[in-house]
Amino acid sequence: MIALLALAGGAGAAARFVVDGAVRTRWPSQFPWGVLLVNVLGSLLLGVLTGLVLEGADERWGLVLGVGFCGGFTTFSTAMTDTVRLARDGSVRLALVNLLGTLAATVTAAALGLGLAVLG
Amino acid sequence: MRAPHRDPRPVALVAVGGAAGTLVRWAVSAAVPALDGFPAATLTVNVVGSFLLGWLLEHLVRRGPETPTALRWRLGLGTGFCGGLTTWSSFAVEVDRLTSTGSAGTAAGYVLASLAAGLLAVVAGVALAGRRAR
Repeated sequence: MIALLALAGGAGAAARFVVDGAVRTRWPSQFPWGVLLVNVLGSLLLGVLTGLVLEGADERWGLVLGVGFCGGFTTFSTAMTDTVRLARDGSVRLALVNLLGTLAATVTAAALGLGLAVLG
Repeated sequence: MRAPHRDPRPVALVAVGGAAGTLVRWAVSAAVPALDGFPAATLTVNVVGSFLLGWLLEHLVRRGPETPTALRWRLGLGTGFCGGLTTWSSFAVEVDRLTSTGSAGTAAGYVLASLAAGLLAVVAGVALAGRRAR
């Protein structure tokens, strides 16, 4: 299980790197759209997984796909360094939009995922 | 010269760092108990990872144009390890679960503590890198 957890975490981090890189290449911007997208998608997926485990699904799914993949895929540290970078570059408004926008979008996505799992 | 995110070797480096960060995050979650339902483990890894990434990125920027070695450190330790150590998905789901189980006050405190401590950790990491550079 521990090997699977590590593997899933690595896969999640690699997927984040690829998705973020693709978004940056296609839509170059000062605003970190790629990291925001990753954090919203990962929160939605973890919401679904958490809901399924609450509904009685095997907890090992939650460990490997949730703690492993979703945890490796999403990132708190980059969201924080991006927020500070935007503020240091003089875009305090964009920094606040990144911080509070990420919070609102991810909490909404996770709630949606939890709801979907309970309904499904 | 391919972009790093389309080159198997940098992607593999991020994966190795992410795997290591994930294992540390899991070990912390096993070692740090929830304090009265407060998700202390997630808060711990998120604040520590924010400090480490803030320090690393500032340290590398101050060394001038990015060398291949600096890029490897940024991807392995930064994108990989710090990204795998910290998590936004668990944070979001914990906020939802606390709210829906009647602990809205704890959820609000958790959000405020996470964002404030995360930002302060980055600033502290940046300051440390700046101090060491002189």
